[in-house]
Amino acid sequence: MSTHASTPTITLRDLTLGYERHPAVHHLSLHIQPGALVAVVGPNGAGKSTLIKALAGVLAPLSGHIEGLQREHIAWLPQHSDLDASFPIDVRGMVATGLWRQVGALGRFTAAHRQRCDAALAAVGLSGFETRGLDTLSGGQLQRARFARLILQDAPVVLLDEPFAAVDQRTTADLLALLHGWQRAGKTVLAVLHDTAQVREHFPQTLLLAREPVAWGATGEVLTDANWARAQRLREPFDEQAGECGAVA
Amino acid sequence: MMQNLLLDNALLGPFIEFGFMRQALLGCIALALSAAPVGVFLMLRRMSLMGDAMAHAILPGAAIGYLLFGLSLAAMTVGGVVAGLAVAIGSGLVARNTLIREDTSLAAFYLISLSLGVLIVSVRGNSVDLLHVLFGSVLALDGAALALLWGITGVTLATLFLIRRPLILDCLDPGFLRQVSGLGSAAHYGFLALLVINLVAGFHALGTLMAVGIMVLPAASARFWVRRVGPLMAVATALALLTSVAGLLVSYHADWPTSPVIVLGLGGVYLLSMAFAPRGVLRQRLRRSGQRHLRA
Repeated sequence: MSTHASTPTITLRDLTLGYERHPAVHHLSLHIQPGALVAVVGPNGAGKSTLIKALAGVLAPLSGHIEGLQREHIAWLPQHSDLDASFPIDVRGMVATGLWRQVGALGRFTAAHRQRCDAALAAVGLSGFETRGLDTLSGGQLQRARFARLILQDAPVVLLDEPFAAVDQRTTADLLALLHGWQRAGKTVLAVLHDTAQVREHFPQTLLLAREPVAWGATGEVLTDANWARAQRLREPFDEQAGECGAVA
Repeated sequence: MMQNLLLDNALLGPFIEFGFMRQALLGCIALALSAAPVGVFLMLRRMSLMGDAMAHAILPGAAIGYLLFGLSLAAMTVGGVVAGLAVAIGSGLVARNTLIREDTSLAAFYLISLSLGVLIVSVRGNSVDLLHVLFGSVLALDGAALALLWGITGVTLATLFLIRRPLILDCLDPGFLRQVSGLGSAAHYGFLALLVINLVAGFHALGTLMAVGIMVLPAASARFWVRRVGPLMAVATALALLTSVAGLLVSYHADWPTSPVIVLGLGGVYLLSMAFAPRGVLRQRLRRSGQRHLRA
């Protein structure tokens, strides 16, 4: 796998995100160094998915800036994938779509591309599934196939929104090992997660989000009882009568 | 010997003897080569019913063309294409920009379009014209119409080849396509354009009521035979070719109207495929009851 001298430093400056002027994430400022392995945690409705969407470039900020991220440098696994698992295609064909930026709409799909697909399938434990239909895969196997596609995208920044929400422990362990491999290769990985034990064990850095940043830094210092209690208090509902925020940038 | 001659006669005789049968044959081949692959994508995009709605939407365009220029191939073609594209793009825009969803938006547009078309044809045309519009005239295809059908086939196959990857990915995982490429809407609208021109081609040969039959039915039948996109297109095209030629012969020998015979034939192929094809109901049943499952 290639190393990423080009992995950017991601900088968020007073970022406010939301829908129809109602902020879901307030005033977030932070730097993420290249090669960081970051967990994003927080209560439901804390704005975690909103943040990931903004980083992926599909949600424009209400105010503030995201610096250092270009869309073509991001591979993104959304929480609710549009993947139609009943589509008549084999597993290799689905995974091969990860090579889109190299092959494109008209480029030749070479034997080398095919080998990369099969290697990616092997890396996620799906060797032997190359010509199986997508509709024969279990939920965990589908998630493995999505990770194989991420491998082929080979982007310097990887964004994962609850990647282990519906997969068993063994699949989770295998996929976590992949994340560590990506980090070693110099990629920056951000993952929205719920399992704090998993975060403590695998993620050196954590952002605790509750509509505004509660804590950011080394995981051990972020995941304290005091911070969680503060996160729960900050989670206010979407208020139709909310006034304008005073601290507009 | 005698039997052989008769067989030759029944199958080939009409085409040897009559120019209009040769023209009809060429028209059917062009239509099958083009419409069946489009139908496969129509099915994969879950737009089969939308195809039917679009078939009705082209009617007023063809009718206005007819109103202005009489039974002119060019005018009715241009009119049909314009009306079809207007409905496709209009309903897409409404679906993206208002709270009305795509299905309702399309239904609204095509109903307006259809009623307008029927009104124009009934007020200004005669019943022969109406029959032509509704049921097509595969036995009256002239050189110009054939050239149009083959032109549409060429454009369709070339375009499908060019947009195949974004089109497939837009069905498989539209969110992912949006991530990696801006070609999603190009593929979508390109495909809608192909749908419209193929419906217009089908309209000349089979009429508005049945143009969509040669798209939807072969594709749906093929789903029972094979499991990948390429083979689906091949099988759908083969079924469309064989059935439309057979339908042409049956209609000739029995002196029945051609387009309902062809579409009924395609319907029969669909029902038989559903029953007997490898992935059809009976084999699946047999497999389930007759075999023990594997160890792993």
